[in-house]
Amino acid sequence: MKAEQLLKQNTGRPIAGGYLTHSRVLVVIPSLIIALLLGSLFALAIGSEHIAFDRILGAIWAKLTGMTIGLTPEEEVIIFSLRLPRIALAMAVGAALAMSGAAFQALLRNPLADPYVLGVSGGAALGSILSIMFASGLVFSRPIFAFAGAATATLVVYLIGKRKDDPAHLILAGVVISTFISSLIVILTALADNVKLRNITLWLLGDLSSGSIDGMIVVIIAASTGTAVLMTQSRALNLMMIGERDAFSLGVETARVRWIVYLTASLLTGAAVAAGGAIGYAGLVVPHLVRLAAGTDNRLVIPASAIGGALLVLLADTAARTLLAPRELPTGAITALIGAPVFIYLLIRSRKYA
Amino acid sequence: MLELRDVSFCYHRPVLSGISLEVKAGEIVALLGPNGAGKSTLLAIACGSLKPQMGEVRFADRPLADFSRREIARTIALVVQAGDVRFPLTALEYVLAGRFAHASAFGFDSRHDVEIAMKSLTDMDALQFATIRFNELSSGERQRIVLARAMAQEPRMLLLDEPTANADLAHQISLLGFVKGLTRERNMGVLFVTHEINLAAEFADRVALIKDGRLIAGGQPEEIMTADLLSQLFELPLLIDKHPVSGKPRISWLSGK
Repeated sequence: MKAEQLLKQNTGRPIAGGYLTHSRVLVVIPSLIIALLLGSLFALAIGSEHIAFDRILGAIWAKLTGMTIGLTPEEEVIIFSLRLPRIALAMAVGAALAMSGAAFQALLRNPLADPYVLGVSGGAALGSILSIMFASGLVFSRPIFAFAGAATATLVVYLIGKRKDDPAHLILAGVVISTFISSLIVILTALADNVKLRNITLWLLGDLSSGSIDGMIVVIIAASTGTAVLMTQSRALNLMMIGERDAFSLGVETARVRWIVYLTASLLTGAAVAAGGAIGYAGLVVPHLVRLAAGTDNRLVIPASAIGGALLVLLADTAARTLLAPRELPTGAITALIGAPVFIYLLIRSRKYA
Repeated sequence: MLELRDVSFCYHRPVLSGISLEVKAGEIVALLGPNGAGKSTLLAIACGSLKPQMGEVRFADRPLADFSRREIARTIALVVQAGDVRFPLTALEYVLAGRFAHASAFGFDSRHDVEIAMKSLTDMDALQFATIRFNELSSGERQRIVLARAMAQEPRMLLLDEPTANADLAHQISLLGFVKGLTRERNMGVLFVTHEINLAAEFADRVALIKDGRLIAGGQPEEIMTADLLSQLFELPLLIDKHPVSGKPRISWLSGK
């Protein structure tokens, strides 16, 4: 008997709720991509200078086909030199942070895990600041230092977390690590000269306005590599989510998976923070919403979180640059506005299970 | 089929000393002993989760140390008490995890995998839970899901750590009856740890008694489960007679006072 028939007959529930099917993927991923395309069109249109949708679509069509269209030089600059790179940066940073959150959650068996909450973003920020102050001459020193900072913080979080299997315990450890790193950052900024200092404080709250093309390329490469690597581990992560001991006896090389996923998540966080600062909670909110809508299977949660994270940070950044225009808010302030309440909700709920 | 040869294991203090034990294909062996005797450690060693400091474990005349993780998972299934899962996983997804070692590391679950998972749930009288979240189930129901996951591994050897601990009486009997049927049908070996000595007497082909990390006796229930040996094992006066229907040893405890 066909599996579907067997299940329907015995439970009267649709099989879609039971496990990951092709149809579930074919609904979730294309809808998210469409939402992301609409979101980026919206982000291209609004700002200090509003540009009509049809003119944007025309301009993109013209760029692709090599034709000319009646855009003013100002509009051309706004669309292709100002807004598009920033949109690309926001999307890559969002994808990297959300995936890194999804990976940490599965690995630490903790729905509260998020690179920002765990102090991993803080580690990356500290690394970035050290690179700005002492190694700004080196090529790609910022992402490399940020990666080293993220990886160190991750290791500390892991060593603390594995001593006690309690979600809140790990989060407390993250809070302590974050505060410790913050004070190191305060001391360092006190030592820095004024020009450097101005960059640092804004950027600590998550700021995409000063992103460079180099940084953007690094995040895009990191986000695509990260997606590929995490996808190969997603099935193993499904089992790690149940428990490391279970995963081990079911055939997962848990030590290897742990290292691969830790390094990838640290790389994602490092690249995102080096380019866009410590934008919080994208890694918490996005995978949670994805799981609510599409189930817990990491083969879907990881790519869907990448697209969803891109969308969330894109919208947050658009809000950040338009809400109080001409003034700009840090993007991280907007994501925290959404993320903190979600975190509290999850914390209360996790207490019920723990 | 599964053979422990002179296995010793220390964890701060000696946990197991010089254990030799074999489980043959198609045979059910019960491991009895008081708390802290080293039973769970023995199971962990038997499935390769712990490496013994001395001695070795062999499966089908091949050292277990030569098996890859995936090979072990296709050969030996370990069933322990199910912990909480902090994500809203369905029971079916939980059972499908048992197919990991049979499938490629990437891609969807094949129709074959899903059918085996459903069959395992059906065998455990748990198909009605397939689309329900694992965490919403009672501990006895979870235990059946965990066993279904082990069956989905299609193992040749089943290691059970107190498989009946949370099950109601009817499911204790049906669960062990099912395991016994499967053992015969698939020629699978079973090693199970239990505190239910009457269930062990009824369902095991052989019984091994373990105390303070040493095997003190092993053999058929009728020879081994004597008042002397069991009273010594559990340090409690026990009375043994025959089950009126099956003729197996029946253990009753005398008043503690």
